[in-house]
Amino acid sequence: MERTAVRGRLTWQVATVTSVTRETDSVVTIELDPPDWPGHRAGQHLDVRLTADDGYTAERSYSIASAPGEPVAITVERLESGEVSPYLTRELRAGDELELRGPIGGYFVWEPADGGPLILLAGGSGVVPLRAILRHRRRSGSQVPARLLYSARTLPDVIYRGELDQGYDRAQIIYTLTRSQPPGWTGHTGRIDQALLAEAAWAAEANPLAFICGPTSFVETAAAGLVGLGYPPEQVKTERFGATAGR
Amino acid sequence: MDALDGNAIGGLLIDVFGTEMTAARSTCATCGDSRPIAELVVYRQAPGTVVRCRICGSVLMVFVRAHGAIGTDLTGLASLSRPDRPLSRRPG
Repeated sequence: MERTAVRGRLTWQVATVTSVTRETDSVVTIELDPPDWPGHRAGQHLDVRLTADDGYTAERSYSIASAPGEPVAITVERLESGEVSPYLTRELRAGDELELRGPIGGYFVWEPADGGPLILLAGGSGVVPLRAILRHRRRSGSQVPARLLYSARTLPDVIYRGELDQGYDRAQIIYTLTRSQPPGWTGHTGRIDQALLAEAAWAAEANPLAFICGPTSFVETAAAGLVGLGYPPEQVKTERFGATAGR
Repeated sequence: MDALDGNAIGGLLIDVFGTEMTAARSTCATCGDSRPIAELVVYRQAPGTVVRCRICGSVLMVFVRAHGAIGTDLTGLASLSRPDRPLSRRPG
């Protein structure tokens, strides 16, 4: 199993922004070049710290969007009332510097040795760490079956849509659009519910591993639904973020 | 203020405990619920962070940054148990 080097301390460092890519109207992916990066695991985070001229600081934790071995990247959704995300999504440019520390987290992570099948449930920008898992699965040559069920408000709100539509080595991508659908949409509509979970999730007998990331209400519904389908709670890993998370 | 979960404070926990702790298992001293820190309810409002039990809502941990130090209150916890190696779902 690939492991991150153990370090006694998590230190802040100044990374260079190598690119900023617009994903949707309110979402960008920021690729970073930190001077000291020990490598990360799929699903881990990094902390970003902004410091104002008067010394006031704001910190946020962002999921890493890239697979282990790929350049470090985060995907950030702009929250108009946020302290950090408006700067990251509107002002930040390639060549700028950004203070960060990481990688962080040992719970919401997937390694090829953990196996599967994988059921990944994304609510909105909760798709970010799940994209890292899908990329890691593909890069590592893992053969475990994988499905992503992605709940988004509208089709233009789908992050990584081009990449998702190209597929990840036979991973299945299932969308549900909760607010509006384009003409001729034949996919699912509405919020994730028990009927959709029962249709999309692997049978519990297959010993699947679930990763759920999104707003709290989405995560609670999805996690309770999978447990209701017979998934052992310890095989349902969750990550919740609120509107103030800045993720 | 919206609740996060323990995944969001992995960095803070490294500051306090010196190691990755989101996968560590906590036990609530009030109701006895046991689950990974990653699954606990977290309210993060600088300079303080409050961690609550997902079942009974009791305050389990409070962290406050001030004057270059981190004050830590763990009185709501019955125990913390960290694996000696990274958690893996299945042996082998």
